[in-house]
Amino acid sequence: MPNGVAVHADPHGVADHAHAHHPALQHHFQTLEQQHEASTLGMWIFLVTEVMFFGGLLMAYLLYRVWYPTAWSEGSLELDIYLGGFNTVVLIGSSLTMAFGVRAAQTGEQKATVRWLLLTIALGLTFLVVKGFEYHHKYELNHIPGPNFHFEGPFASQVEIFLSLYFGLTGLHALHMIIGCVMMGVITWMAHKGRFSPEWYTPVELAGLYWHFVDIVWIFLFPLLYLVDRAHQLS
Amino acid sequence: MYAVTSLLFLLVGFLLILVIRWQLAYPGEPLPFLGELFGVANAPGGIILPEFYNQLGAMHGTIMVFLGVVPLAVGAFGNYIVPLQIGAPDMAFPRLNLASYWFYLAGGIVMLVSFFVPGGAANNGWTSYAPLSDLAPGMGQTLWLGGMGLLIFSSLLGAVNFITTIIQLRAPGLTWFRLPFFVWSQFITSFLLLLAFPALQAAAILQAMDRLAGTSFFLPSGLAVAGQALNVAGAGNALLWQHLFWFLAHPEVYVLILPAMGIVAEIIANNTRKPLWGYRLMVYSVFVLGFLSFIVWAHHMFLTGMGTTISAFFQATTMIISIPSVVILSSLILSLYGGSIRFTSPMLFALAFLPMFGIGGLTGLPLGLATTDIPLHDTNYVVGHFHYLVAPGTIFALFAGIYYWFPRVTGRMMNDTLARIHFVGSLICMNVIFMPMFIQGLAGVNRRLWDGGASYEHAQGVLALNIPMSHAAFTLGFFQLFFIVNLFVSVKRGRKVDANPWQATTLEWSPAGAPLRAYRDPYEYSVPGALTDFTPQGEAKP
Repeated sequence: MPNGVAVHADPHGVADHAHAHHPALQHHFQTLEQQHEASTLGMWIFLVTEVMFFGGLLMAYLLYRVWYPTAWSEGSLELDIYLGGFNTVVLIGSSLTMAFGVRAAQTGEQKATVRWLLLTIALGLTFLVVKGFEYHHKYELNHIPGPNFHFEGPFASQVEIFLSLYFGLTGLHALHMIIGCVMMGVITWMAHKGRFSPEWYTPVELAGLYWHFVDIVWIFLFPLLYLVDRAHQLS
Repeated sequence: MYAVTSLLFLLVGFLLILVIRWQLAYPGEPLPFLGELFGVANAPGGIILPEFYNQLGAMHGTIMVFLGVVPLAVGAFGNYIVPLQIGAPDMAFPRLNLASYWFYLAGGIVMLVSFFVPGGAANNGWTSYAPLSDLAPGMGQTLWLGGMGLLIFSSLLGAVNFITTIIQLRAPGLTWFRLPFFVWSQFITSFLLLLAFPALQAAAILQAMDRLAGTSFFLPSGLAVAGQALNVAGAGNALLWQHLFWFLAHPEVYVLILPAMGIVAEIIANNTRKPLWGYRLMVYSVFVLGFLSFIVWAHHMFLTGMGTTISAFFQATTMIISIPSVVILSSLILSLYGGSIRFTSPMLFALAFLPMFGIGGLTGLPLGLATTDIPLHDTNYVVGHFHYLVAPGTIFALFAGIYYWFPRVTGRMMNDTLARIHFVGSLICMNVIFMPMFIQGLAGVNRRLWDGGASYEHAQGVLALNIPMSHAAFTLGFFQLFFIVNLFVSVKRGRKVDANPWQATTLEWSPAGAPLRAYRDPYEYSVPGALTDFTPQGEAKP
């Protein structure tokens, strides 16, 4: 099959490609701009599938929340709003550093790019560590769904559904964060090696798009999970 | 790669159903020749046990849909033909393409391996309804979920690639309304894959959590199996699975049929030697079809006790979605009018597609209305309905596509005589298999019965039909040998042809090395005043 073959083997089989061009340009694109546009479009389309994916899970959330309002309130109050709030700030901060990183790559400031990307990874890891503490706390309270689950009150099994969704949603979000951090590590390495220039910085931008998306997911998850019934705490 | 792998999976899925057909025709009698091979756990003395029968049924559906038809229609035809038809040097993301193939293969291997684990493969039907699937013992169902996860990811990567390629890499001059209809059908199909599949991915993760991590998303309180109360937390809801599943699986139906329509449209235009009738109308219809396919899913669930308001909504959308389907089918039939039709082997399959798809579509209408769906639900009528759409419908279109594009891939023609035998045999056999299903279903025979209905009084009158149906299925298998032999022999020995053996107009038939550029509409056949009865898209206007 002619498709599906790695592209770098013989990018210039056709004779009219005698002139040298940018090493990052793949043979089936006319220009770097076209390649950049195609890649960005591809990333956006991929993010659409991610929206639908989390949409399916949030559909489950929505149905159960309508059915079990009391359990949702009880379950939500079990979550640590301070750690959750701290993580929200950390993640929004990482989006900012990511945006600076993309900007630095665009303007060709190589050292700054590496610095901002490293900072983004550090913030992402901070988020994951804090999340780990939250999970551990839940484990000590026997709030992990399953045979050892324990919760006082008449709504125990419904609260278990809430916590199952909590672990499912935040777990999948954390998985996306881990993938993001690994990806970012590779991009940082590439930036360190000086692969990017103002003409070609597509991978940095794609990683940025992905990272912002993962952020936005959290912006939805935080209120949906932590802030269900906090209003009375304010008064 | 895609084509060969998916054809192999189609064969596996077909062999599974042959075993089922034996059991339906001769329940409890040992399967000749092969029966002993399945082992004591599945078929002692060659007699198929009900548990094994359920595995065969579930895996037949899964393999045919997710490992056979979709990869062949989208992965193989889409990946090969779309870039050629739009004059692109390659797909936008070749490495993504390769990854998509490997995910697909891995998913397929996981599915096949599941037959050999303790407890066997998944046996909850291809729909995997909870709570049955949540509680199914053994690893089979878990592997099914994992395999589906890989297959879905493969399809998503493919969809991203298709959409980007069609938007970004069209040849100069190839404007949207100059795209061949096949490209349009693949474009909309990709959107369906893109938007529908993630919902099942989410549902599969929830079910996997239920099975592995002790959650109970789909397990209601107070559940008892065989009189024993289950020790689960409960408070879950099994209907959630059905909603998430059908939100995928209804658009999936259009994923199966749209590429088929695209193939048929190409072949009809080529073999009638005239432009498609209502090309723009067909494109608009595909759009409407794609959009509406997302809001009809609950017509699979009329028996779940939904209120009349909701059911009225889904009945209405279901009736409305038949309009664009009918527009496309009518356009294809009207395209025949006044054409100088060449009855080539791909054209025969394409022509047969039209009435077969028509039967499948029309028999679907009673299923879309709650009043008539309630008695017909889960009977063989339903099986007959969707098999008319996918077997003599989609699979015929895929055969047509293989015969049509084979010379583009290999530079050789497939043998015409063998193709005609294959066509006539398949057409007759398929109708003998599927037509009696309507009769059985109207008599109230349920699907998925291990004994084919022998133990039910109301089924006795139509039970005898099972025997000719099964023999037709075995004969159908025999006629596929003509296709398989033809495929292998023609690769080496087929008649050599030039770049455009069908005298077609679209860009995939341009002579090698010609600059890829489009100057005109896709189907300029029999243009008045032209020297030949076809004017390729790549031919400059004077």
